[in-house]
Amino acid sequence: MSDYIFLDDRRYAPTHEWAKVEGDIAIVGISDYAQHALSDVVYVELPEVGTQVSKGDPVAVVESVKAAEDVYAPLSGEIVEINEELPDNPEWVNEDPYGKAWFFKIKMSNPAEYDELLDVEAYKKVVEEEEH
Amino acid sequence: MNKTQLYEKHLALGARMIEFAGWLLPVQYPTGPIAEHHAVRNAAGIFDIDHMGQIMVHGPDALPFLQHIMTWDISTLAPDDAHYSLMCYGDGTVVDDVFVYRRDQAYMVVVNAANRRKDFRWMTQQATGYNVQIADVSDETYMLAVQGPKAEAILQKITDIDLSRVPRFTSASGQVAGVFTLLGRTGYTGEDGFELFFSADQAEHMWDAILEAGRDDGLIPCGLAARDSLRFEACFPLYGHEIHARIDPISARLGYFVKTGKGPFVGRDALLKVRLEGPEQKLVGLEMVDKGVPRQGYPVLIGGEPRGHVTTGMKSPTLNKFLALAYVPAEHSAVGTEVEVLIHGKPKKAVIVKTPFYVPVYRRKQ
Repeated sequence: MSDYIFLDDRRYAPTHEWAKVEGDIAIVGISDYAQHALSDVVYVELPEVGTQVSKGDPVAVVESVKAAEDVYAPLSGEIVEINEELPDNPEWVNEDPYGKAWFFKIKMSNPAEYDELLDVEAYKKVVEEEEH
Repeated sequence: MNKTQLYEKHLALGARMIEFAGWLLPVQYPTGPIAEHHAVRNAAGIFDIDHMGQIMVHGPDALPFLQHIMTWDISTLAPDDAHYSLMCYGDGTVVDDVFVYRRDQAYMVVVNAANRRKDFRWMTQQATGYNVQIADVSDETYMLAVQGPKAEAILQKITDIDLSRVPRFTSASGQVAGVFTLLGRTGYTGEDGFELFFSADQAEHMWDAILEAGRDDGLIPCGLAARDSLRFEACFPLYGHEIHARIDPISARLGYFVKTGKGPFVGRDALLKVRLEGPEQKLVGLEMVDKGVPRQGYPVLIGGEPRGHVTTGMKSPTLNKFLALAYVPAEHSAVGTEVEVLIHGKPKKAVIVKTPFYVPVYRRKQ
């Protein structure tokens, strides 16, 4: 538990995505706990720029050696940018889940949704419970 | 759920445990499955494979009995030889794939964990009229695999057997780490290496001794995920994936191991028929043209229609490509054929390529 990295400059979905807001744009990735649970990531499939997404929609796929997992939109809005380099460097998800391995950026249509996401302490509790 | 003698050792190493064929086994250690895979290709890895079963066949009719149930010509085994073979049902479908070791006074058949009870029952049923004794010695026999280019040098440090005089697909016995061991120069990774059989109560001692001997040579413990990716690249079949009780070995491209010319054996007539008429479907290698991870059960589309399925697929750590083994109709099985794999509901382009993806080191021409 204590081995995972949690950052307090962003919020989290219970499905282990993080969102970091800059203006009306939210940058989205998956948490350090999520990458650890996945183990070695071998592929990432990203949505297309321009896609309209609703909170909770499966919008990306992250594939590890053993499994494929959906990545859900933590917020509603439009995908305005994707991390084009990530599919060619899937190991970044393991190496730097909060930095280089961001997945996509959403132009939020309902910024109030951000406040509904888990803060770092609430997210730590989610992880703690999953660990047991 | 069965635990091997090394269960606590795996936990202490930080392994992630999963259920496999009724056993709790390490799927990976903290190093991760890709690093474990590379360790075996470049240095060495040790695998706890005690879930594998060992069935002894003794008695004056041991050879004719094995000829009766095995597709391989067991009479070609010289003393201490070890060879891959299949056991088939009368209709040619697969009971199991096995390794047969010829010992002094007996043969040892190494079987898949999931099939151990089934195989024992099958062999016992087939033994009617043969003067043989069949014994499942899996519980008292421990099995470890040490695989990789450094395997010989590592094990040589702790054994009195001259390993340079143990060629591929043969075996020898002697002391390893002070424990009487049967050691086969075999394995299922596509690398040089050994499989060790010894008394189950020595498992922890042997594990520690090999890890210690290999410490400076880059040997690391490896889990089931690496074992799967290693055997996959070499295109070795895995029971439950490429072969099972609804497929015959000719369709699985294992015809080399089916010696229809050796005389009668269970399944021979059915297999001869498949061989003469040609199989309806064939196992082929696929390389993804579009990116995506093909996985077991995903449909293979030909001309847009589902005509086959993936048996194993992954991103190959050695070749760094998305590859799969798949069954397709024989008429669409030529190398170069363009197909699609349905991945998460989307058709992704792939092409049929030559197998194996990775030619085992000991099979390469000098």
